[in-house]
Amino acid sequence: MNLTLKIWRQEDSKAKGAVETYPISDISPDSSFLEMLDVLNESLILKGIVPVAFDHDCREGICGMCSLYINGEAHGPDRKVTTCQLHMRMFKDGDTITIEPFRSAGFPVVKDLVVDRSAFDKIQQAGGYVSVNTSGNTQDANAIPIPKRDADKAFDAATCIGCGACVATCKNGSAMLYVSAKVSQFSLLPQGKVEANRRALNMVGKMDELGFGNCTNTGACEVECPKGISLDNIARMNRDFLKASTVSEEK
Amino acid sequence: MSNSGLVKSSIGRKLVMALSGLFLLVFLLQHLIINLLSVISPTSFNEVSHFMGTNGIVQFALQPVLIGGIIIHYIMGIVLTIQNKKARPIAYVVDNQAANSSWVSRNMIFTGLTILAFLVVHFIDFWIPEVVTKFVNQDWSGLEDGIEGFRYHHELVGKFSGTRGLAKASVYTIAFTFLGLHLAHGFASTFQSVGFRHGKYTPTLVKIGKAYSVIVPLLFALIVWFHALVSAH
Repeated sequence: MNLTLKIWRQEDSKAKGAVETYPISDISPDSSFLEMLDVLNESLILKGIVPVAFDHDCREGICGMCSLYINGEAHGPDRKVTTCQLHMRMFKDGDTITIEPFRSAGFPVVKDLVVDRSAFDKIQQAGGYVSVNTSGNTQDANAIPIPKRDADKAFDAATCIGCGACVATCKNGSAMLYVSAKVSQFSLLPQGKVEANRRALNMVGKMDELGFGNCTNTGACEVECPKGISLDNIARMNRDFLKASTVSEEK
Repeated sequence: MSNSGLVKSSIGRKLVMALSGLFLLVFLLQHLIINLLSVISPTSFNEVSHFMGTNGIVQFALQPVLIGGIIIHYIMGIVLTIQNKKARPIAYVVDNQAANSSWVSRNMIFTGLTILAFLVVHFIDFWIPEVVTKFVNQDWSGLEDGIEGFRYHHELVGKFSGTRGLAKASVYTIAFTFLGLHLAHGFASTFQSVGFRHGKYTPTLVKIGKAYSVIVPLLFALIVWFHALVSAH
């Protein structure tokens, strides 16, 4: 495949940045999107050009490290896959592909296509845990009976890999889908319910503080999420938060 | 760590939009029912209009709440839009939003402001003359010289008569179209925002929302055209 790549280049967080055009040829339709970028970078190095910086780690679709806004969509045109699992067969020979970093006030660009997503870590640290030490004290899994439906919903929420595609996609730059998944995976289970009020208040408070936008229920996040995290979680978080800030005595 | 509190939080703002929106959905239905009376029974329309226009509770309790609700809905909508723009300071070069969300859901501020422009026209057309009659001229009788019974139906028909009436009906129809687009996202969205989402009820609610967003504006438009084309002649 022969392609034209339009890639956002930015030297560092303070530089202005601009789109650069790179033609690339002989790309296998079976290669992954990141492999295609590897090929590009090898050719750039040979030409003495600084290679394009992009985030990646496991390349198995489970670590949440890869990102990229490809032709106007987070993780590209395929559904329920991360960029590392996106294959070049999704494109046509001769296509022009625009590659940009995830854009959000909460995710500043570090270099080229790499953004700083540590805002998500801060939200997680604000309450995305249970305050008991489980290491070495592991209980038998069946000691507390949990309805299958709740267990499934909690597990579905827990599949969130924190890649930030929801924020990147949302026209409002809202982080509600991510935060709601992190709230839901605990609040549905008995061990997490104990701290549900405090967790909802603190995580939402942190999310607002970090400059993410407001959710307007467009549902774009759910469509672009590589793990298919449902809007059900946002509704659950709205409920949890309203309950926590009105009925409970948590501050 | 302290939290930002309900009122200052993003979810609190969402709740304000949803509750004021829900209130306006109920108001629209009430407005539509009275408008329908103007077609079905002019006498009942006159009586209801007189009641709504002169009853103390409606005029001095419900009307301020309604206007307050509209103002809150607009102010919050504009505040949210500004905040959301700030949340993405650098726009994408290519952004294929149509791939993941509906046009109506992304353009609530546009359809909303179009409705606001209509509200200005509508207030000049109906609300201000009523205020002048009642508060400036101190005429609370609901009567008019040369007319038998109350004046309301006669005035309504007058406002939509002739070529001017046809032009006005066209403007109203455009506004009702934008209202429909706004409701197509707004109705179901209010329930999501207050956290009401349920495997059993939400699919039905979404269907009701779609029906509401088509039927209510359509009936409003049909009533206007009925008066412009039938009543005025």
